[in-house]
Amino acid sequence: MTDVLAVADHRRGDLRDVSLELLTAGRELADASGGDLHAAVISGDTDEFAEKLNREGVDAIHTVDNGEEFNHDVYVQAVEALVTDLDAEFLVTPNSVNGLDYAPAVASRLGRPYVSDAVGLDYDDGTLEVTREMYGSKVETTVEVEDGPFVVSIRGAEWPAAEDIGDAEVSAFDFAPDEDAIRSTVNGFEEVGGGDVDISEADFLVSIGRGIEEEENIELIEELAEVTGATLSSSRPIVDNGWLPKNRQVGQSGKQVTPDVYLAIGISGAVQHVAGMKGADTIVAINTDPNAPIFDIADYGIVGDLFDVVPELIEQFGGDPPSV
Amino acid sequence: MKVLVTVKEVATVEDDFEISGTEIEDTYLDYDLNEWDDYAVEEGVQLAEAGDDVEVVAVTIGPERAEETIRMALAKGADRAVRVWDDAIEDVELLDVETKARLLGAVVEDEDPDLVLSGVQANDDSFGATGVALAEDVGFAWAAVVNALDTEKVLDEGVASVHRELEGGVEELTDVELPAVLTIQTGINEPRYASLRGIRQAQSKEIKPQSLDDLGLDAGVVESSLDITAMYEPETESEAQYFEGDAADQAGALADVLRDKGVVGE
Ligand SMILES: Cc1cc2nc3c(=O)[nH]c(=O)nc-3n(C[C@H](O)[C@H](O)[C@H](O)COP(=O)(O)OP(=O)(O)OC[C@H]3O[C@@H](n4cnc5c(N)ncnc54)[C@H](O)[C@@H]3O)c2cc1C
Repeated sequence: MTDVLAVADHRRGDLRDVSLELLTAGRELADASGGDLHAAVISGDTDEFAEKLNREGVDAIHTVDNGEEFNHDVYVQAVEALVTDLDAEFLVTPNSVNGLDYAPAVASRLGRPYVSDAVGLDYDDGTLEVTREMYGSKVETTVEVEDGPFVVSIRGAEWPAAEDIGDAEVSAFDFAPDEDAIRSTVNGFEEVGGGDVDISEADFLVSIGRGIEEEENIELIEELAEVTGATLSSSRPIVDNGWLPKNRQVGQSGKQVTPDVYLAIGISGAVQHVAGMKGADTIVAINTDPNAPIFDIADYGIVGDLFDVVPELIEQFGGDPPSV
Repeated sequence: MKVLVTVKEVATVEDDFEISGTEIEDTYLDYDLNEWDDYAVEEGVQLAEAGDDVEVVAVTIGPERAEETIRMALAKGADRAVRVWDDAIEDVELLDVETKARLLGAVVEDEDPDLVLSGVQANDDSFGATGVALAEDVGFAWAAVVNALDTEKVLDEGVASVHRELEGGVEELTDVELPAVLTIQTGINEPRYASLRGIRQAQSKEIKPQSLDDLGLDAGVVESSLDITAMYEPETESEAQYFEGDAADQAGALADVLRDKGVVGE
């Protein structure tokens, strides 16, 4: 009862990055508990995925062949069976959209508490300490869980990917799902956010968030983009409100962008937003809240009111700020 | 048809705040309906408007103060509400996912809905797990992170035909059988503002209090093996260079940087 099981994430033929990060987090737990690290991959081209998961530090890889794509009803059954069969003490899952769709149910079946979105894990003598954020990253908490099995999901990009080639034993896990318990059917996929502009191609993005308050005020930022030759992008709430089209959204469920300069105006820097823009060369943030998480990743910061700063900025480039 | 919408009153933190022990001091907190739940309420109300004889029941776990928030759901069109609370709940610092799922599960057993709508996550503790854990507990089908729902199919065929919003601008098209729990993502609809008439009507709608006893649960249900042992402001990793002065100075300094980077076009 010291082993760790990490469950890989894949979609439409690609192993997602978090899968290799899970191996690093899992290896750390296995080292702390003195157990083995098992990786599991369910559905899809499991042979190919198993090869990619075969990194240093992984002791065993279990493949479950069952259809091409993720189906949570299959995952819940397979993961529960794996945890039970391996007698695993730790189940580590990705805090991805698919992770959100099965891990809480597995925890519930195992009768164990579920701690999601870990940014730090520390195991010592039967107690797992999980570091996680609350209140939109304004505070960090440590949560202690007594007694395993422990079920945690990890945030993407917090642990480095496991790198070197390993020599884990790969075996097919003997599992057949109870077909009656499969009550969801995945019919396909749809790509959204296409259209006239591709913000991921832009060198300079001026990006607006909820700090803009009203749809009418967007004009101000449009003018700034106009006079500086920048492309306009935004955080999610602006798109949710229908103020800008989906193809302008930066972040986890929008576009990943890597411009030379990303100017974030009235954007707090939520993890799902940062996931889409942290690769920018230079990040500039304008925000009234000096503690806004966006400043943690910014190269330049202005603590100030966008309604004061942006008009001045427009004038700097010879523009005429609209009155909003 | 009956739709149950889980709603949570969440605390948002002011820009400046202080932590005492493992909590943020109450004076720095403002309370509001969880952003994701606002979309779940709207989705429920839209189902009721599209169908005949659809009842929308809002359910919350929360102290008396939360009635103000749940009245917002009633003002927006929910028919009635259930509020679960108990001295035993008051005493626990952290309601873990499983506890919330069990409490809500008892209400589901009572109400026997066809569809449960919950938010993807709450913006205070952001566990993002209650809806799916609830579904598992009560034996419902589910789908997480739903950003489109075919209303007609729900009403006419008893199937929730949904889009699940995955990463990177990809949506998964999935059908789930009813009864089901859907966790609702922001942007699925445009939540309405409560009308004055709605607010007035909400005053006379029922908010049924439910204790553990009423739900046939004993105090053991709120015991948790999770414990918050520390809360702190994360050490800033900021290496940002800040521009000081008034807005004109700040803008001037930023303009210099932008020119310097060579990104400003004509
Ligand atoms: C599954 C999932 C996927 C998600 N995907 C994405 C995604 O792809 N992209 C994304 O962006 N989000 C995504 N989110 C949402 C994310 O969690 C945040 O809710 C969102 O990023 C917040 O947007 P914001 O920063 O504009 O708003 P807020 O967090 O509300 O921040 C507004 C900021 O504006 C500042 N401000 C207010 N007034 C002013 C002013 N006058 N001048 C200057 N500053 C001001 C405030 O201090 C605050 O920091 C996702 C969430 C989930 C659960």
